[in-house]
Amino acid sequence: MSHSPSPTLSLRWRLGWNLRNGRLTLYCGLAIVLGWCLLALCAPWIAPFDPLMQNGELRLAAPSLAHPFGTDNFGRDVLSRVIWGARTDLQMALIGVIFPFLLGTCIGAISGYIGGLLDNACMRLIDIVLAFPFLVLMLAIMAILGPGLGSFYIAMALVGWVSYARLIRSQILVLKESDFALAARSLGFSHRRTLFGHLLPNALFGSVVFCMSDAVLVLLNGAAVSYLGLGVQPPTPEWGSMVAEGQSFITSAWWICTFPGLAVVTLAMGFSLLADGVAERLGDRS
Amino acid sequence: MNLARYRFVLIRPLQLLPVLLGISIITFVLVRSIPGDPARVLLGARSTPDAIQKIRAQFGLDEPIWVQYLYFLKNLLNGDLGKSLLYKIDALPLIASRIEPTLMLVLGSVLLALLIAVPLAILAARNKGGWTDNLIRLFTTAGLGLPAFWLGLMLILLFSVHWGLFPVSGYGRTWADKMHHLVLPCLTIALALSAVLVRNLRASILLEMQADHVTAARARGLGEGALLRRHILPNSMVPTINLLAVNIGWLISGTVVIESLFSLPGIGQLLVRGIFTRDYMVVQGVAMVLACATVAVNFIADVATTALDPRVKIQ
Repeated sequence: MSHSPSPTLSLRWRLGWNLRNGRLTLYCGLAIVLGWCLLALCAPWIAPFDPLMQNGELRLAAPSLAHPFGTDNFGRDVLSRVIWGARTDLQMALIGVIFPFLLGTCIGAISGYIGGLLDNACMRLIDIVLAFPFLVLMLAIMAILGPGLGSFYIAMALVGWVSYARLIRSQILVLKESDFALAARSLGFSHRRTLFGHLLPNALFGSVVFCMSDAVLVLLNGAAVSYLGLGVQPPTPEWGSMVAEGQSFITSAWWICTFPGLAVVTLAMGFSLLADGVAERLGDRS
Repeated sequence: MNLARYRFVLIRPLQLLPVLLGISIITFVLVRSIPGDPARVLLGARSTPDAIQKIRAQFGLDEPIWVQYLYFLKNLLNGDLGKSLLYKIDALPLIASRIEPTLMLVLGSVLLALLIAVPLAILAARNKGGWTDNLIRLFTTAGLGLPAFWLGLMLILLFSVHWGLFPVSGYGRTWADKMHHLVLPCLTIALALSAVLVRNLRASILLEMQADHVTAARARGLGEGALLRRHILPNSMVPTINLLAVNIGWLISGTVVIESLFSLPGIGQLLVRGIFTRDYMVVQGVAMVLACATVAVNFIADVATTALDPRVKIQ
């Protein structure tokens, strides 16, 4: 009974195999994220209109061939604003991940490596930061710094570092007992070289994977903060603030808040598929 | 022997003290980072060097910073969180008067999320690897990526604008009216929350299905339904309760956005308004109250987990 399976069966089997190994998720996520990156990079050439150009005669125009996503209350083309908004939102997700990552990695690595009183103090500090609801502490910090993208990044770094610090610290605690750490030390390498040159590169793996799922959180938080009016300020195109602007017109012009929201959803899903895919692929290997 | 298991109920609150102290320190640092001299802000246009000096002495602002922190702590223990600049009343009673909508929103969302998540998780676990499972998995991935404010707007568009079933925003006066107003906000949070719960619950149901006591019960001839109800679900709910507690901070963050979206007069709306009106005492007060609430919920979850699962040991 060893005949070759029918083409459809083989396809189904292969699809199933790819699904199981997270390859499909990985590629889908990658395609979505890269697609948005491409749109953001080529925004000046792709966007049909200037995102800031107002047109008094075309206020709240419904989606049509000329304006596929309609126009907003200032007569600005929603499609162009969504495409230009990708620049702001991608930048927000990227920088919003990098700052907490760097801060958390440094604190976690040093805390785990030195240990003792410093480590204890760091752990308590992490407990305390985690006691605050994420967005609430962020908003409290942003209340002091004032609205804007800069204070969003600072608040994000001050609140978001804890997850990375925990991840890195737990890795460093294990690695510093390993033979290669001892070898590095007995070769006379300084503590700094041992930690940053030898231990840290081996500890980074988990938190780099975590970065990708964290990007979803950062993106949603950034959009939420902008929606509340504290992040990116109008008229800069940004998806969260566009949804907020469209909310007043929800009964008459559904398209203004719907399309920017869909953009957030697709990008967030892209990031989480990417994170899932990478985690599954790498989980298989180890 | 059995009493020793509950000893931690007494010890654990003592361990919380440093965290609570830390929350007060962070709040104090936040208050003191506000740009500008508090005395000058308080006096406004009437500020003369003489008056500023007097105010500084009166509020202890000329003392060293740690003495000021002790003053702050003393006021805190007396329930004094400062005065709201906007509402001209003490911050604590102001916050207390806004707790009800927020509490109802959180409870309603959790209840609704469990109602959505438990059947979906059972369905997914039973059809593991099938298309139902993949569909539910897609739902959870989408649910995690949905911005709450946009989901809420889409629900408004569908249920309020299109079908006219629920009010667009606000909070009612009578209980029935309040419930009516809370359906959409609760549903918004519940959809996102259930996405988190389904994944976890599915995994723990699958794990529990392979447990020896389940096989034993099945061998005794117990039906699949009874097996699920009596043996699998109760055990797999324990990690879910923990997950809810871990996510309480995230849940509270969600209510901040949702209250602004639906104009619910809760704590979150107070926070956002406070930020815009530079009502710092209210902002710090809300942050502190919500942080304490988070700590309290986690503590309760710890106690509940131990009560539900005798195997859990807490050092």
